[in-house]
Amino acid sequence: MSQTREVAVVGIHEYPLRVAPGVSALQIKAESASKALADAGLSWQDVDAVYDNGQNQNIGGLSISEYFGFKPRLIDVTSVGGTSYEFQAHHAATMIAAGKANVAVLTYGSTAHSNRVAIGTAGATGQGAPTPFNNMEDSWGMTGIAGYGMVKARHMHQYGTTNEQFAEISVATRYHAMRNPEAVKAMTDLEFVGVNEITVQDVVDSRMIAWPLHLLECCMVSDGGGAVVIASKDVVKNTKKKPVWIIGGGEATKYRENGGDITVSAGAQSGPVAFADAGVTPSEIDVLMAYDSFSITVMLMIEDLGFCKKGEGGDYVSSGILKFDQSGGPALNTDGGGLSSNHPGERGIFCILEATRQMRGESTSQVDNAKLAVAVGNGGQLGARHATSPIILAAD
Amino acid sequence: MTMRPQPRFPEPDTQPFWDATKEKKLIYQTCDDCPEVIFYPRAHCTKCGSLNNTWNDSKGLGTVYTFSVVMQSRHPAFKDIGPYAVAYVDLDEGFRIMTNVINVDDPVNDIKIGMRVKLAWLDQGEGEIALPMFEPA
Repeated sequence: MSQTREVAVVGIHEYPLRVAPGVSALQIKAESASKALADAGLSWQDVDAVYDNGQNQNIGGLSISEYFGFKPRLIDVTSVGGTSYEFQAHHAATMIAAGKANVAVLTYGSTAHSNRVAIGTAGATGQGAPTPFNNMEDSWGMTGIAGYGMVKARHMHQYGTTNEQFAEISVATRYHAMRNPEAVKAMTDLEFVGVNEITVQDVVDSRMIAWPLHLLECCMVSDGGGAVVIASKDVVKNTKKKPVWIIGGGEATKYRENGGDITVSAGAQSGPVAFADAGVTPSEIDVLMAYDSFSITVMLMIEDLGFCKKGEGGDYVSSGILKFDQSGGPALNTDGGGLSSNHPGERGIFCILEATRQMRGESTSQVDNAKLAVAVGNGGQLGARHATSPIILAAD
Repeated sequence: MTMRPQPRFPEPDTQPFWDATKEKKLIYQTCDDCPEVIFYPRAHCTKCGSLNNTWNDSKGLGTVYTFSVVMQSRHPAFKDIGPYAVAYVDLDEGFRIMTNVINVDDPVNDIKIGMRVKLAWLDQGEGEIALPMFEPA
């Protein structure tokens, strides 16, 4: 795929509501697909490849084409948590470049908020089929947030990273959220205590959810969804908007190991692969859409993708470069992120959507003359097992 | 009081581990064909794929690798017990276990990464499995 312009994101849609009672996840997916195809100037019948996470159906991902009414010649049900969509985009780009299909649709829908899903604080239920994973974890009450808390604690211990440095990630993200009307509505509808810009002090003074993670380092639980349309260069000639080229991708997983370093994510493996694939380097990137389930997740993506050296992320994020109107490094999560705009459980698709808006010049925190973006998802549980997939996007 | 989530069976990889806890034994596997320590339990070696391995008794002494203190848990077994520490402990025999560090007054300040800890069993009922927990050594 190296620096070639074979496959592009041609249509996007982000479902605008974060509190959406009365609609289903499948309806959010179909509405998003319809509007993303309209954004591309393509029709329902043009779709010949379907990518899906397999949720909300009766047999894995089998039912989704039926529900939509698509008759695809490529079907891919890759489900690796929140980064499923970067995996899917990577797969779609590869297969379209190989001539196996022309127009792929990726969709996501969730009603996590309306269903009152306690994503981060529920802990294991002790229900369901027995697995070795559950049997060696469920009894100790590890919540989702505590799993990330263990990684942050080790990062602070190993590298001397401070709470104030982690807080910079939340501060920059909220700065962007306040410029995005959908994010402001999201925080309002979800009854955030203060829908305003925040300071480092606000973050470190916020309630501890799972030490050392404070409330303002944790993402929201919203409803939501979206869709991405990816197409071949031949199709691009007839689409409405400027194409945003997919020029690289990588995939990896990492898990608990005896003697392993929990502060290193799977991004340390997939990041270099994606950059080599794209033929670009981290220093050239204008926009970094990094899955912000928690502050620590972003810290690891920044380090492991090579924006700074391992362990130096604290100094890097406190140098003031994360905001869209600062130079010296990529702008971070310019839509307001999972922390302050949209997190219905699997945020990875929104990283692609906002990276695309930036490459089109459509962001509410638009980076001047942005040419290259990374959308990197992190799925699963950072402290137990996770997958990290960066895809690299280029403006036309 | 609501029981903690329990391991569930049949689950052949982890059943020997949990059966041993009924006798207050913390066991782990080593590969017979390479130097790998296998944990959590599995029938194959995660390094070389060998199907030959041996169960060993751990002395139950280790070091806190990392931990988090849960202030908010929705699970009925945990929501009313106050802040508790979820941790990975590195056993001296070379395996890492998820656990709780217990018997400290203030988990945030009394537990340190790198701290030495020792095994402490939490009974789950007569004739039932026991949960391996750790306390300051």
